[in-house]
Amino acid sequence: MPLDIAIAQFRPSKGDLDATLDGCAGIIRRAVRSEPRPRLIVFPETALTGYFLEGGVREQAIPAPELFEALNARAGDAADGLDVAIGFYERDATGIYNSALYATLGPGGGILHVHRKVFLATYGVFQEERFVEAGAGIRAFDAPPGRTALLICEDGFHSVSGTLAALDGASIILILSASPARGAAPGAGVPGNVVRWGALASAIAAEHGVFVIVSQLVGFEGGKGFAGGSAAYDPHGHRLLAGPLWEEALLPVRVDLDEAARARTEEPLFSDLERSWTRLLVNSPGSGVRRPAPDGE
Amino acid sequence: MTGAWPPPGTAEARAPHPADRGPLDIDTDLVRDWLVQFLREEIERRRGFRRVVVGLSGGVDSALTAALCAEALGSEAVLALLLPYRTSSPRSREHALLVAGEFGIPTRTIDVTRAVDGYLDEFEPGAGGHRRGNVAARQRMIVLFDQAFKLSALPVGTGNKSERLLGYYTWHADDSPPVNPLGDLFKSQVWALARAVGVPAEVVDKPATADLIQGQTDEDDLGVAYPEADLILHHLISGRGPDDLVEAGFERKKVELVAERLESTHWKRHLPTVAMLSPTAIGEWYLRPVDY
Repeated sequence: MPLDIAIAQFRPSKGDLDATLDGCAGIIRRAVRSEPRPRLIVFPETALTGYFLEGGVREQAIPAPELFEALNARAGDAADGLDVAIGFYERDATGIYNSALYATLGPGGGILHVHRKVFLATYGVFQEERFVEAGAGIRAFDAPPGRTALLICEDGFHSVSGTLAALDGASIILILSASPARGAAPGAGVPGNVVRWGALASAIAAEHGVFVIVSQLVGFEGGKGFAGGSAAYDPHGHRLLAGPLWEEALLPVRVDLDEAARARTEEPLFSDLERSWTRLLVNSPGSGVRRPAPDGE
Repeated sequence: MTGAWPPPGTAEARAPHPADRGPLDIDTDLVRDWLVQFLREEIERRRGFRRVVVGLSGGVDSALTAALCAEALGSEAVLALLLPYRTSSPRSREHALLVAGEFGIPTRTIDVTRAVDGYLDEFEPGAGGHRRGNVAARQRMIVLFDQAFKLSALPVGTGNKSERLLGYYTWHADDSPPVNPLGDLFKSQVWALARAVGVPAEVVDKPATADLIQGQTDEDDLGVAYPEADLILHHLISGRGPDDLVEAGFERKKVELVAERLESTHWKRHLPTVAMLSPTAIGEWYLRPVDY
């Protein structure tokens, strides 16, 4: 079954929610006018505000329903039925989170899922744990295009995240990222972090037989450049498209969801995982299960 | 876009060796594009300026900075200020004009001698070359910022990573402009990028000098050549200790010299120390980024 997706490699107007929402709506309107009309548009991590806010997350975080209403109000009727995945700082009664919203726009739509980033980057240039709370888990959900999971940036650096998403039935994993560019060694023609994202996303796709869509932020924040380089991978781990560096872009990609089943048949790594997962957990360190001592001890 | 991880030549993949300069190799096309985008965004988009002023000394750092600004904003949006002191080398002026001509950048010369000597001659006639150099450097910044204000332009800094890590600059002078494209490039990387961008060879290949004192060169002042210092600095700030580097074959005297400069100048890379009295102390508790 073909599915048309648009990756919105996006530069927010940092700290200006209204201007950024207008920018998002403009891209959504552009996307739904394009041919073929995408079923889903994927914005990057913290698309609504920019990434490095420090204590400014207190002023910029909004509840997920407010974001949904704001997008709906601005996107217009032409966007009815379009699915949107978008990263934002989320505020609710329990705290502030680095989150991703998945929603269907229009009167018949609504919020389908909110993922809160589990692995908060707190090293080097990153300070997330200082300003936001960690999400509790990684779950897939039933979206109109197919069972989907959301990951946010460092979530994707941990192989267990893709594993949990796939085990929960996801055939599409959307990774929303804001990855500051670093590393300019000769050879690849792109910053080192973009090379690394390619390796990570390809590995997740190939290991689990899923489509992986990576939507990257662009723009500079205090000298730190988000380079872009968004990409999509098929369930064999092959790259389907590569976004440009440094620029905003609306990147169309068509995926054939039936390809996931074919990939899993050709290389049944996922079924091996499903069969072994419970046993591995039971026998893993920290499971509380006492393992039998080897013979002779 | 694809490639093996880690990419060939990255620091992470290498153990230190004095003959291995690979960790400092850069893709000059990538870095050039990166810095041009940086300048456009930080100057135009974030700060709303259309023009910049750059102090053009005749050295490679300011030449490269001016060239990148011209590429990012257009050469007419850049004003190169030549700010000689009476002891400055005439060759510095020649080289600055050569660079400006090469990149089509307008120039203005403002001699800072009377401003510098007005203070020193009347109040501190015995001040030596080092102090005179610092006063001249700070006077140049007074001119740079005032000209920027007059022209509704932004001053752009030119300091490189080697100077910053070695503390080899005048505090609150060279480091004061609000935007700096070269501050994360070692001197040897500046040389490589300058060649790629088309900075004239006379400027790139000459010995680096702050030109604050007649006849001085950076490498005489520092006691170690930049290519060696850069590699040692790279490994030190990547988590290797001085003993690791000596064991790997680096010369102990140079490692210790570089390490001592690095360790004794952390203060110079920070804003002034402010007494914290409250749970809303700026930059300690009240944290907002520069572009917020």
